[in-house]
Amino acid sequence: MGEIIDSGGGGGKGKHQKKRAKKHGAHIDMTPMVDLGFLLLTFFVLTSQFSKPKTMEINMPVKPTDTTNTTKIDDETALTLLLTEKTEKIYYYYGKFKSETSILKTTDYSKEGIRKVFMKRNETVIKQVKELKEKYSKGEIADTTYKRMSMGFKGDKKAVFVIVKADEKAKYKNVIDVLDELNVADVGKYALVDISPAEKELIKVSTL
Amino acid sequence: MSKIKMPKSAPALDMTPMVDLAFLLVTFFILTANFRQNEAVIIKTPSSHSEKILPENVMLVTIDTAGRVFYSLGGKEVRKNLLLTMGKKYKVSFTETDVTRFLILPQFGVPMSQLSQYIRGDENTRAAMDKASIGIPMDSVNNQLGDWIAYGWNEKRTFEAINNIPKDKGCRIAIKADGQTDYKVIKRVIQVFQERNLNSFNLITDMETEQIQ
Repeated sequence: MGEIIDSGGGGGKGKHQKKRAKKHGAHIDMTPMVDLGFLLLTFFVLTSQFSKPKTMEINMPVKPTDTTNTTKIDDETALTLLLTEKTEKIYYYYGKFKSETSILKTTDYSKEGIRKVFMKRNETVIKQVKELKEKYSKGEIADTTYKRMSMGFKGDKKAVFVIVKADEKAKYKNVIDVLDELNVADVGKYALVDISPAEKELIKVSTL
Repeated sequence: MSKIKMPKSAPALDMTPMVDLAFLLVTFFILTANFRQNEAVIIKTPSSHSEKILPENVMLVTIDTAGRVFYSLGGKEVRKNLLLTMGKKYKVSFTETDVTRFLILPQFGVPMSQLSQYIRGDENTRAAMDKASIGIPMDSVNNQLGDWIAYGWNEKRTFEAINNIPKDKGCRIAIKADGQTDYKVIKRVIQVFQERNLNSFNLITDMETEQIQ
């Protein structure tokens, strides 16, 4: 290991031998170094993490100082989601909550499920934002205009307003899934609210 | 007819290019590697389509599946002041060595009463304490998490004001929670933030593999 092999020349030990010029340079056995190199390579390949953690920004409403100015839930645009411990099922209903008339429906967390519900409900906004995106990518509008206008479309009076209500047993993953789908479907107006006892009752009596 | 001469030694293969490449790769990986900090708990964050990258400068609240809360904050100056402020409030005294050791602590999830023991402990002691810990208390009677957040936030803000750090590079609050954590724990943590008028924060997620067209 690690010895220097003198392949050329043969040295000048014997007095009777003529000193000859070395034909080749001295060879160093590089095997250990290469071994170590590959070992390090393997280590760094296996330990490096390429995907940096991603993040979602959430802005909760500032605590209202007076209650007169609260947002009213509109029958037309409201969509309430109820998340429970059932990790495959989302309960939802449209409009204001009335224990007699609110009809509970169910869907799941897949892209065929909740995303379809949002997409259908938010069709106009998605179309508007898509057109805007095309204009932006062509360079027709400026960065600030794009942001302002897309915010305007998403915050439009007629745009869907989603209320997410998760009960005590719901899992964090499900809440994140819903928030993610909201972003995918360009829903700009949503809120995280506590579930009411009446709504729990509604889930309980429904056979869904 | 001449005989075919067999070479005396094995044929030499010139490995130089391969070795060069290997070392090039080693250099690349060494330079790009950012080592994962020694984490107190293993968290499997849920995935999302979000493409925003987590900012460097965050105050991190970690929540594991059992609902235990861990806290961490970057910046040495800030951490030192924070520990001393918290020590004063909860009447726990820290020595000079404690403070130095606290500066390199990745994250912790013990109540104030156990903190000095945690700081003084070696790796094994800490691992055992992490396992047995109930996390940082955050109930309304003994809201230590709220104090860590409020004081930490103040220290960060003061530090940023002194050093003229622009607002968009300022500190953000991030929640890193396991997907299987009960939502009621997250809700409580968010409530703690809101009680201190901190209404904007980040939720850490993983990259979702599915693409949207």
